[in-house]
Amino acid sequence: MSLIYPRESLAAHPANASPAYGSTVKRAPSQPLILLPHTLSETTGPVFGHSAVAAGDSDLTRQHVGEPLGERIIVSGRVLDEDGRPVPHTLIEIWQANAAGRYVHVRDQHPAPLDPNFTGAGRALTDAEGRYRFVTVKPGAYPWRNHHNAWRPAHIHFSLFGPSFLSRVITQMYFPGDPLFQYDPIFQSITDAQVRDRLVSRFDLATTEPEWALGYQFDIVLRGRNATPVEEPHEH
Amino acid sequence: MSIDPQTAQAPLGITPSQTIGPFFAYALTPRAYGGSELATGTVAAEGVAGERIRIVGTVYDGDGAPVGDAMLETWQADAQGRYNAAGNAGFTGFGRIEATAEGTFQIETIRPGPVAAPDGTMQAPHLSLSVFARGLLTRLTTRIYFEGEAANAADPVLALVPAERRHTLIATSQPDGSFRFDVHLQGENETVFFAS
Repeated sequence: MSLIYPRESLAAHPANASPAYGSTVKRAPSQPLILLPHTLSETTGPVFGHSAVAAGDSDLTRQHVGEPLGERIIVSGRVLDEDGRPVPHTLIEIWQANAAGRYVHVRDQHPAPLDPNFTGAGRALTDAEGRYRFVTVKPGAYPWRNHHNAWRPAHIHFSLFGPSFLSRVITQMYFPGDPLFQYDPIFQSITDAQVRDRLVSRFDLATTEPEWALGYQFDIVLRGRNATPVEEPHEH
Repeated sequence: MSIDPQTAQAPLGITPSQTIGPFFAYALTPRAYGGSELATGTVAAEGVAGERIRIVGTVYDGDGAPVGDAMLETWQADAQGRYNAAGNAGFTGFGRIEATAEGTFQIETIRPGPVAAPDGTMQAPHLSLSVFARGLLTRLTTRIYFEGEAANAADPVLALVPAERRHTLIATSQPDGSFRFDVHLQGENETVFFAS
């Protein structure tokens, strides 16, 4: 399958120079980016198979002796390209804070409890239809020192490769109706509200499992459009 | 290749990027947490064909302070200039490194071979590099070329870079035989980053 990567799609991304997010001030490049032609170096990328994912990697509630505290949730959806075609057998890595808003990471000093039954890291491969499914607990809001009384909305970090170096993306998934959205400079770094909404998952009763877990749907669209030349005129 | 405008569907909007944040290591580079690593800075295992090279560097911010919470990913061809070549055991071409608290990183690999450019000319040997960190809302992408490569003079990508900034893309030879490639996110000697 041959793909092209329209540059117009890049307009969806936030600008690195987003000073309301203080860490960008000394880290955003000041020089203009140089347009890179799409050579083999850009249109290829690493391929990960089943060896990259161990049994249980997609269930973050079963990685320890007991179950983590918090609201058990299912997060599932599809990975698609810009033409809406599924991206099959592609790797997704996720990580998140626990239900109290605390990360396992050694540098996290937020005085909320660690959960001995929760690490918060997962991996999955999409299936032949581009579908994925994780079981986890809903992460808590997280305080940070960007400005006075700064809190991150509850979020799950997502890392995806897709078919090439050009489709690689790391993003964050949010939960619907979070009252912290309007105060969060990371979420608001995406200035177009419609584009921001692509990062908000959707509560879904069909994904929800009775007596067990709430379900959220989150579809991810990676760069790439069909570049197969059209052989015959299309009938309308 | 072109798309027939009569049959092309309206594209879906891509999912926008967000920062990796400071707390990724337990998931993406989890060695210290006892997790299995997808990839490391050892891109080529012992015995992979090619000239073994080591690239060391430091990531700096606009104040010249080291960036102690960066993740770097590399993507490269094998010694014959092939990506994803079958049967090349111990070499995927992909590396992933968590910078140290002092912002340093090290890549152990083989020197990539030349790769064709779209116009049929050859590109000089290079690694593609992605930089992720707290404060980077999108990854930054650049390339690592090598000092002393005759092919650099004719490389079509280097040719797009203003001459006075080209050196930021070229790893320099060190007395111990390694290469040094520092990343300056901003400011004086700012690394050239690409919009791809």
